[in-house]
Amino acid sequence: MKRLVAWAAFLLGCLYFLLPLIGMTEFSLKMRRGEYSFDAYVRVFEDPRFWETFGYSLTLAAATIVFGVLLVVPTAYWVRLKLPQARPIIEFITLLPLVIPAIVIVFGYIRLYNTSSFLPLTGSAFGTDILLTMGYATLALPYMYRAVDTGLRTIDVATLTEAAQSLGAGWFTILARIILPNVLVAVLSGAFLTLAIVIGEFTMAALLNRPAFGPYMQLLGANRAYEPPALAVIAFAITWGCMGLIQLVTRFSKHERAKA
Amino acid sequence: MAFLELTDLEKTFGANRVVKAFSLAIEKGEFVSLLGPSGCGKTTVLRMVAGFEAPTSGTIRIDGHDVGDQRANQRNIGMMFQAYALFPNMTVADNVAFGLRVKGVSRSERDARVAEMLQLIGLPDLGARFPFQLSGGQQQRVALARALAPRPRVLLLDEPLSALDAKVRVSLRNEIREIQRELGITTIFVTHDQEEAMSISDRIVVMNGGIAEQAGAPFEIYNKPSTRFVAGFVGTLNMLEARVVAPEAGRVTVAGQALDLAQAIPAAEGASVTLALRPEAISLGRAEGREVVLPATIDEVHFLGSVIRIRARVEGSVVALDTFNRPDQPPPPVGSAAEISFAAVDAILLPA
Repeated sequence: MKRLVAWAAFLLGCLYFLLPLIGMTEFSLKMRRGEYSFDAYVRVFEDPRFWETFGYSLTLAAATIVFGVLLVVPTAYWVRLKLPQARPIIEFITLLPLVIPAIVIVFGYIRLYNTSSFLPLTGSAFGTDILLTMGYATLALPYMYRAVDTGLRTIDVATLTEAAQSLGAGWFTILARIILPNVLVAVLSGAFLTLAIVIGEFTMAALLNRPAFGPYMQLLGANRAYEPPALAVIAFAITWGCMGLIQLVTRFSKHERAKA
Repeated sequence: MAFLELTDLEKTFGANRVVKAFSLAIEKGEFVSLLGPSGCGKTTVLRMVAGFEAPTSGTIRIDGHDVGDQRANQRNIGMMFQAYALFPNMTVADNVAFGLRVKGVSRSERDARVAEMLQLIGLPDLGARFPFQLSGGQQQRVALARALAPRPRVLLLDEPLSALDAKVRVSLRNEIREIQRELGITTIFVTHDQEEAMSISDRIVVMNGGIAEQAGAPFEIYNKPSTRFVAGFVGTLNMLEARVVAPEAGRVTVAGQALDLAQAIPAAEGASVTLALRPEAISLGRAEGREVVLPATIDEVHFLGSVIRIRARVEGSVVALDTFNRPDQPPPPVGSAAEISFAAVDAILLPA
């Protein structure tokens, strides 16, 4: 009886997630009257703005991930190693982006870095891209930090550091050759979450007026019927592709098997 | 001048003085153990030598040079940890090669050294394995090879055997000692296990409460403990209360029996002193050369195989004594009256 209830709950959960997906996919295939076709997908792929905005967001996602890793891995490592008493404070700071809306952050940016400020980042496209990357890194911080911190928990940071030091290694070598490789899977899952956030982000990109994927989706959604669901299905496919890739990487890094 | 010299080392954490006026001179190639209960400061001394902790005061000199302003990664000191601390993302060979790679040793030289080290620890075929594929004993051997590969000046062992099971512990400690002798590397070994310390050390420093209570060869520490703590911590000890009869002549009485110690007693006539006896210095019944005979009651008998450990009551104090098993002589029944004997020269006069 208990098993039955459990299965029922599981099925209900599946339906809750799958039905909208199935409905959306089905609708996206109905562009041609009376038959299923990929017309909506062809339209999306034929639109040069799709490629432009998607490429732009992908580039910024990569920059955000690199910046996030460079910021978060040494910070989380240092906090674990030298400032364990500061962990609650750091955790609180990394959670702030969840409670401060993106729109507040971006207005703050515009006020601080406008063309008449001491650092006129919004004055050029490149400067604005930097600003947007920083904004994305802020939004992704809670996920990135948590992922890396959890990864660090699985290794004996203090002893490994001392072992490396006694063998002559400096801080850079320790971080690059020992800490980072050992939390790589955690970093990858953080990177994946960052990618998902950046690809779908609308507020910051729209208000900083950059040609990102989020504003493009919004524009398409406001003006078309069949293309938006097609776009959503494509976005899902990309997301799942990334998840598969992470699994693959995990499988290939031999030493991680020990932890599994 | 000694190769490794620790002079007046002090370490305080907040209000807590963990190491107090610790001095030690270690000769090149010597194997010295720091022995003591947990919290006695032995690991802190080791960590100061390694450079992981900075001494509050005092100096550390290696080969005549003060290393106080050198960081841990500049000291060229090999270290083995209780938790193995192998890098999980690297193979055994890469682990062993790590120190050489950091030093910028060429690939061919590195490979040769790694092969040599793996040969030394008896695991020549496991270079391609990852740490998680090895047993605890094998991991700790790899850790030893990794520590030795860059030819460190000093080897520090921080309770490296504590996480291993009993059999592996004994075989690995013998191996460590053999390799240490072969390479002639100056070694400090930290342990709380007195048997471990006595079996492999040239010299033992017994520590308690942040100070070195006694330093000496295992034989000396065991047979001539200079403080009550050392006597109690190293080996099993039986305490007997004695009364001083003639301090100059070293004459005391124990349970009404007079005996002459081979030394003068720094106590007044009529004062009470404590004599200590190792279990192997006491015989059940009368024995040749053991002239002091005391009446006793058998309290407990533990048959351990080759050895029988007996606990007997003598005038209110309990003494433990070991006898060898003999098939023609069954152990005495519990509760029976017996005699125990020992030689006066075996009695250790404990400082008050």
